[in-house]
Amino acid sequence: MIDIDSRRAESRRGGLWTGPLVRRLAFFLLLAAGWEALFRLGLWPPYLFPSPSGVARTLARGFENRTLIIGIAVSMRRLLVGFVLSAIAGTLLGLGLGRVRLLDQTLGALVLGLQALPSICWLPLALLWFGLGEQAILFVVVMGALLAITLSTQAGVKNSDPVYLRAALNLGARGWRLYLLVILPAALPAIISGMKLGWSFAWRSLMAAELLYVSLGLGQLLMMGRELNDMNQVVAVMLIIIAIGLVVDRLVFTPLETRVRARWGLGE
Amino acid sequence: MKVELRGVRKTFEGKSPVLALDSIDLAVGAGQFACLLGPSGCGKSTLLNLVAGLDRPTAGEVLIDGQMVQGPGTDRVMIFQTAALFPWLDVLGNVEFGLRMTGAPRREREEIARRYLRMVHLLDFEQTFVHQLSGGMKQRVALARALALDPDVLLMDEPFGALDAQTRDLLHDELQNIWSATAKTVLFVTHNVREAIVLGDRVLVLSQRPGHIKQEFAIDLPRPRQIEDYAVVDLSREILEVLKDGSGATPPRDRGRPETAP
Repeated sequence: MIDIDSRRAESRRGGLWTGPLVRRLAFFLLLAAGWEALFRLGLWPPYLFPSPSGVARTLARGFENRTLIIGIAVSMRRLLVGFVLSAIAGTLLGLGLGRVRLLDQTLGALVLGLQALPSICWLPLALLWFGLGEQAILFVVVMGALLAITLSTQAGVKNSDPVYLRAALNLGARGWRLYLLVILPAALPAIISGMKLGWSFAWRSLMAAELLYVSLGLGQLLMMGRELNDMNQVVAVMLIIIAIGLVVDRLVFTPLETRVRARWGLGE
Repeated sequence: MKVELRGVRKTFEGKSPVLALDSIDLAVGAGQFACLLGPSGCGKSTLLNLVAGLDRPTAGEVLIDGQMVQGPGTDRVMIFQTAALFPWLDVLGNVEFGLRMTGAPRREREEIARRYLRMVHLLDFEQTFVHQLSGGMKQRVALARALALDPDVLLMDEPFGALDAQTRDLLHDELQNIWSATAKTVLFVTHNVREAIVLGDRVLVLSQRPGHIKQEFAIDLPRPRQIEDYAVVDLSREILEVLKDGSGATPPRDRGRPETAP
């Protein structure tokens, strides 16, 4: 016991060579070094196997001439708009499904069914309905995030402790106040988990859609790299996509989720 | 009568319907402190839910001031065993919640909420969030939250059941003081015999399911009472007998007179 405790304390303190951050950093440095070494062996031509230094140069150039910045901005704008729409619609829909049995038995079954469909499959229809434009891609993004947020909100409403509802009724809460001030906040931990999931779905859907069709975004830059046989650009864009996904998850959703769960008394 | 139940029966429907309460007749006068004592699962919480209007009786009537209960109302506020505070609000937000539902202006709400927070000795904790409170503090906040609506009737569903003994004794004192100061009618559910004697004017002993009122004791010991008082312990032995065995009738004593034996 004592041994485990002290070891745990040590890893939390992060001794010079044992801290998790140091280990992680060392691993990635080694990975990059190995990658560079493999490249220098010259087993494959650069248009099949890029080098980390090449990727770094492409990244630097991309930020300098602003092509990457524009790509990030365009993709993020689409993502944000689609996500906000999904979050609003998904929360409302989830509330309805969680509270009204008739909706659950009808619309709920439909939502559950559609959830099995990767949202990129909507692209052909979206192109027909909305034309070759922003709206089509937005539709795909929304279909990616909406259902996850809906189902999570519904589960949150259904599974939140009924004592909150009883206490609220008892204290005179009715109508919209009951929904806004009690049912919704009671389900908030589940809603946030749903949004976290929805965000990653939206991100994937957007990249898929941009690869297949729409201009200017990160997905488009990635395809451009392929068409120009510039694997440095392909990998550079891949790294940016990973970085954005990670940063938003780690800086926004995970801290938010942890804080809300702690305050709601739901433990770790 | 402030609270009156006439021939109340409650059955929970389902695959195998459960008769929770049967032929309950009960009348509690204004300002009385009535403790409902019974084994777990005897339907005593169900009884409170019926009075609160959170549940409807299968048969019989639940009356408040002679009016049929139609649903939940802020003239009778429930205090739950788990306190049921809203974790998304701080202490002040919880206490003023009921007033917020009435649309009272913020300043008035906060003034009233603070008055009751002072009463439960938590004035310094108004910005604390629920997960930072101890069990006893939670119940105090729940009490303040209920009192802030100035209800005629407090319905308390084993509110101190999950607390440690010391905290519980402290809250017994506070509740007796608050009850004396505010003259509320209280229906207090518990399975702890001594707690019932310490707090109640009357102790109503319920039977096993389906619950009915087996026997009633009037408690006229001087207040404030403590859980270790000899008189309380003596009387608890007597009530425990009734609680345990089915037959019920024990000879009357000077401090606790059995009044009704249905």
